[in-house]
Amino acid sequence: MKTDSKIDKALALDLLGKMMKARKFEEKVQYYFSLGMIHGTTHLGIGEEACAAGTCSALEPLDDMFATHRGHPAAVCKGIDINKMMAEIFARETGVCKGKGGSMHIADKSVGVLGANGILGPSLPLACGSALAHKKLKDGKVSLAFFGDGASNEGAFHEAMNLASVWGLPVLFVCTNNTYGMSTHISKVMKVTDIEKRAIPYGMKSVTVDGNDVMEVYNTVKEMRKYAYENNEPVLIVENTYRTSGHSKSDGNLYRTKDEINYWKERCPIKRFKERLLSEGIATQEEIDNVDKETTEIIDNAVKFALDSPYPKLEDIYDDVYAD
Amino acid sequence: MVEITYANAIKDAISEEMRKDDNVFMMGEDIGVYRGAFGVTGGMVEEFGEDRIMDTPISETAFVGAAIGAAVSGMRPIVEIMFSDFMSVCWDMILNQAPKMHYMFGGKVNVPMVLRTASGGGTGAAAQHSQSLEAMLCHIPGLKVIVPSTPYDAKGLLKSAIRDNNPVMFLEQKLLYRTKGMIPEEEYTIPIGVADVKREGKDCTIVTYGRMVHTCLNAAKQLEEENIDVEVIDLRTLLPMDKEAVLKSVRKTKHLIIVHEAVKTGGLGGEIAASVAETDVFNYLDAPIKRLASEDVPVPFCPILEKGILPDEDKIVKAVKEVLA
Repeated sequence: MKTDSKIDKALALDLLGKMMKARKFEEKVQYYFSLGMIHGTTHLGIGEEACAAGTCSALEPLDDMFATHRGHPAAVCKGIDINKMMAEIFARETGVCKGKGGSMHIADKSVGVLGANGILGPSLPLACGSALAHKKLKDGKVSLAFFGDGASNEGAFHEAMNLASVWGLPVLFVCTNNTYGMSTHISKVMKVTDIEKRAIPYGMKSVTVDGNDVMEVYNTVKEMRKYAYENNEPVLIVENTYRTSGHSKSDGNLYRTKDEINYWKERCPIKRFKERLLSEGIATQEEIDNVDKETTEIIDNAVKFALDSPYPKLEDIYDDVYAD
Repeated sequence: MVEITYANAIKDAISEEMRKDDNVFMMGEDIGVYRGAFGVTGGMVEEFGEDRIMDTPISETAFVGAAIGAAVSGMRPIVEIMFSDFMSVCWDMILNQAPKMHYMFGGKVNVPMVLRTASGGGTGAAAQHSQSLEAMLCHIPGLKVIVPSTPYDAKGLLKSAIRDNNPVMFLEQKLLYRTKGMIPEEEYTIPIGVADVKREGKDCTIVTYGRMVHTCLNAAKQLEEENIDVEVIDLRTLLPMDKEAVLKSVRKTKHLIIVHEAVKTGGLGGEIAASVAETDVFNYLDAPIKRLASEDVPVPFCPILEKGILPDEDKIVKAVKEVLA
């Protein structure tokens, strides 16, 4: 799919801001993690921001989104409260999940973030059900599941593809294809690595985009959202990208070369988009610098908010095991 | 009061809730024109249509996952897994998704879902269609687990389960589907988490649930002829468990036997025994606690073996006499 040549300036700056916010958020997480000030583990999606920003911006604000363990950029771009999200990662009581979820379980129903997920694959069946609810309730929403190339080998992927197509569910299955399942390259685990083709036996519409081109992602998802909603049909969207950060804190990058990582750093979606905005005269350097400055402030404030927040209290551990 | 089968009590509970609340619907394998593998949903697709009585692909991960997704996005799904043994093929949904969401998402996402499934043996279906897996479910905070023993309990508890804002596992007893009992004509519900004294007695407490309730009641009748007065407590809900009801009874009878169809090792008998042993009620006991449960084997096919591995009336009578000796 080709990118529309005319870019709306406000949209462009919004997308740039979201990508920068996601990038800076994760860089801060990485930094405080290295200082030992963040507990547990984190899975960063540095390099994949165009997928999150383009996809989430193309949804309606209250559409439901189910994310993966590498879910920070998606939550940021879906409009979650950044302070509360940062506080969650710092395990604070003010966190979006009250410090009980952490990096792998960021969620906020009020903005349609129905959760990052520590398990690979379930986002697709969950999104099927959510889409079924929207179809029944006629509330104008669709549902979206992010997953990776790795999870497309899970049974849950195939079961959900079948269910969504046979039931005609308004759901978008968005594969963030970064070509690695942890350390294992896609070519070692799939005979046919063109994931788009996995829609064929399910009679489902599918499309592949350059996941490092935020406008291409945005325009495609926008169009596919409209299609899914109007026709009550699922769509498989494959967004090809690359994770320049490691899989998690344990990653020694033994499975790929520095040259490969550098090749993709050159194709950084933020860098590419800035260059395009300048070369096509859509935004000035000053305007881009302003977005840079604003997003830095937002993230710095979020860290401050998190660090100033108390930890949850041990006596509250039984809160929220059950709903009233 | 009217007489009704256990299966029809379940159907009536669902139908009443579906008539009242458009957001309640059902999904499962062959629950439409086939009427479900055990005939529970007969006539429902005719009344409610295929949009609300949804036959699914043979794809438990997809449709149980979809039930959870529908629940978080505003519906109140009831999902049927044909045999409880098949929870294995959608275990992630039962273990990692439904029960975790409310807690790990900070109390802001509810999963109002009921998962109905046929549990237990006695049908000659052998090792993969006969298990009693409730202890595994009770090991998962966030779930509620119900095992009804009568049509009255099945209906009242299922209605409460459908209205509950948590994932509720409703384990129906295959051998009880055709049994009959009395229920009121007017609407009623039974609160989740409250045990029921099915027979009052003063000499020995038997704690049980599910179809073993009836076996225990029959044993109690036999013992009555020998002037032994047994109290039978039906837990009804296993998670959260009404431990206070057990303690109260043991304080009175000073003897405790636990009976279940599930295998002994890791079964709820151990949990119930420990709950008594770790309180002062332990001091009331005049004899060691006894557990009667299935032998620790996969359910065998041969009917002599299948029956032989389970507690029965004779074994219960013998056990009661032993603890009272």
